[in-house]
Amino acid sequence: MENRIGVFVCHCGINIATTVDVKAVVAAIKDYPGVVHAEDYIYMCSDPGQGMIQERIRKKSLNGVVVASCSPTLHEVTFRNTVARVGINPYRCEIANIREHCSWVHSDRAEATVKAIKIVKTVIEKVKLNEELTPIAIPITKRALVIGGGIAGIQAALDTANAGYEVILVEKQPSIGGHMIQLSETFPTLDCSQCILTPKMVEVGHHPQIRLYTYSEVEEVSGYVGNFKVRIRKKKRWVDFDKCIGCGICMEKCPVEVPSEFEEGLAKRKAIYIPFPQAVPAKPVIDAAHCLWFQTGKCRICEKLCPTGAIDYEQQEEIIEEEVGAIVVATGYDLYGMENIGEYGGGRYQDVINGLQFERLLSASGPTQGVVRRPSDGKVPKRVAFISCVGSRDPELHKPYCSKVCCMYLTKHAMLYKHRVPDGEAIVFYIDIRSDGKGYEEFVQRAQEEDHVTYIRGKVSKIYENNGELVIMAADTLSGKPLEVSCDLVVLGMAIVPSPGVEELIRKLKIQVDTNGFLTEAHPKLRPVETLTPGIFLAGCGQAPRDIPDTVAQASGAASKALEMFGQEQLHHDPAVATVNEDICSGCGLCVPLCPYEAREIEVIKGKRIAVVNEVLCEGCGSCVAACPSGAAQQRNLQDSQLFRMSEAVTIK
Amino acid sequence: MQELIDKVAELSGQNLYGCYQCGKCSGGCPSVWQMDILPNEVIRLVQTKRVDDALNSKTIWICASCFTCTVRCPRGIDLAKIMEALRQIHLRRNVDHIDIKKVAQGEINELPPIALVGNFRKQTA
Repeated sequence: MENRIGVFVCHCGINIATTVDVKAVVAAIKDYPGVVHAEDYIYMCSDPGQGMIQERIRKKSLNGVVVASCSPTLHEVTFRNTVARVGINPYRCEIANIREHCSWVHSDRAEATVKAIKIVKTVIEKVKLNEELTPIAIPITKRALVIGGGIAGIQAALDTANAGYEVILVEKQPSIGGHMIQLSETFPTLDCSQCILTPKMVEVGHHPQIRLYTYSEVEEVSGYVGNFKVRIRKKKRWVDFDKCIGCGICMEKCPVEVPSEFEEGLAKRKAIYIPFPQAVPAKPVIDAAHCLWFQTGKCRICEKLCPTGAIDYEQQEEIIEEEVGAIVVATGYDLYGMENIGEYGGGRYQDVINGLQFERLLSASGPTQGVVRRPSDGKVPKRVAFISCVGSRDPELHKPYCSKVCCMYLTKHAMLYKHRVPDGEAIVFYIDIRSDGKGYEEFVQRAQEEDHVTYIRGKVSKIYENNGELVIMAADTLSGKPLEVSCDLVVLGMAIVPSPGVEELIRKLKIQVDTNGFLTEAHPKLRPVETLTPGIFLAGCGQAPRDIPDTVAQASGAASKALEMFGQEQLHHDPAVATVNEDICSGCGLCVPLCPYEAREIEVIKGKRIAVVNEVLCEGCGSCVAACPSGAAQQRNLQDSQLFRMSEAVTIK
Repeated sequence: MQELIDKVAELSGQNLYGCYQCGKCSGGCPSVWQMDILPNEVIRLVQTKRVDDALNSKTIWICASCFTCTVRCPRGIDLAKIMEALRQIHLRRNVDHIDIKKVAQGEINELPPIALVGNFRKQTA
């Protein structure tokens, strides 16, 4: 095939044109062998720019296109679609990156122009040998796995299930609901958290398309987009859910009391327990670490009393294997431990509590039935301090980021406290008030104007105990005066951190986390709910601290990404992957351990060892191609022959 | 003025612009009740090109370099070193801040000699 290549040089406004003389690039390229057309334009990605390319393809019968513009990660797909619409195989179109690789990183215009010309020449050489390729078709299992049963996971599961697809929801705790179900009321509208969340929990529990595995964890994930295989471990709960009717007599009579996780240690639960009355599923599990039978070999009271014989001390772990096409990771958050903040007592003071503990004190279903009583002596506190940025915005000692929700929930706490204890005093210590959601600033103003919550701008330096009172040392930076305030109760707005154990899960999923342990999105702006691993999506605080409306929106976004996949008959995979020349391959196997995607393996074909390529798994990274000692491994459209021509174009005069 | 700010940064080895004025230094300072301006305000004055106001404050002399502010600062700024830098700049100006002839004889008789010696060492060129 005779090459008839068109080169289109983009100005990218001033992004390229300021540093690279685009006219000079066009002039240098237009008579280059194989090039039949060269032209520049201010915004090649715009409608007129794309139209111009299509028009030139038709007029000059082009069969290859080079667009000299930004990074291929941005517009390779754009321009490949442009050429495909006028009948050119999209893999005959390549991007010469003269922005990120040239204009943005250089300042000398003459030198940058020379470099841009060289970049364009190499890509012309590549296109000359580019084959026409067809994307690889992959079947899809139209079923989703959602990991985590908080509001993010619940929303993602419901959206996907309501669209008609099966969902497997895995939650490691005995009930779904996450941290949201612990909250009393939610800012800025003060809806009762239980009232808005329990209907969704019940819907999940009864949904014909949702299979719920609580008290279970993801053990292993293999496969690839559209075709994941998941092993789920159902932990021993020692209660047969098929027999249990949830009557609760076992919990009533169990003699063991331990601090309740749901009540954040402010109340007790039994060793056989349902975390809270509205739990889904509303059936108990036995906490073997505290159960008398498991610890001492005596008791079995629950077994004797159970009317249906549901207690099963011999129950074994169960491993379930499921096939899914998409995975939504909604692993949520935890609060940074108070033990990390020595100057605030390090968790030693009973009446210095965290935000979730105060939620339970405010909750009508909490340990104090919604009466604010401090943990130490049950007294109703008359002065309460709320401290923001505890562990957040502290790159030196703790976490560098803003935890995003503390300003608002501490305002809500102060407001609700004032509603419960009108003669009490609520003081919020803050550095900056971040109230950037809909109705949030109005909410803060209401706390100040109507509820007379005092806001003091100054980070608390120390809290110490003095005769049963907590003394706060701070400064009011707005009046320039130091302060010492005695309080009955202190609520710390602790930093939000990723859920414990999430590191192990991300290794199984082969996805990334950032330096703070939050899940990394594929692109911070344009692909915020996807991971770099195709088919795995993100929702909720596992990715970054966020409030409930943002979490719900993101969860629906993640679900719609899964649904976008399920709406297709099959998936398409980039065909520019590794290939193996079976005649040359010696079966040495060097490529097998090098492949990060487990796409290479040794197979015996007609008695000969061959390192075959699983094209679906291959991401075209080129590791095996570089390592292959015989040259049997080649990458489509980036063959050795192409690489030689590309380097010759700029090294040999 | 920028020269003076650079001098504070150079002598203290601290990035003054890292301070986000949370006030934790002032909240925990054991000597804050004797100071005329808060420790965080000292940094603020330097950040906003009012170094002379900082140099003329009592705060920089009341600071005992106990480093409580330094260990608690969320931005890792060693404020005690900034206080010391300001004192150094003040002292290096080679100005006599105390004149023996102007001190009343009665005061001289009442003051312990070590106070006088200390004062002359610190406050005279």
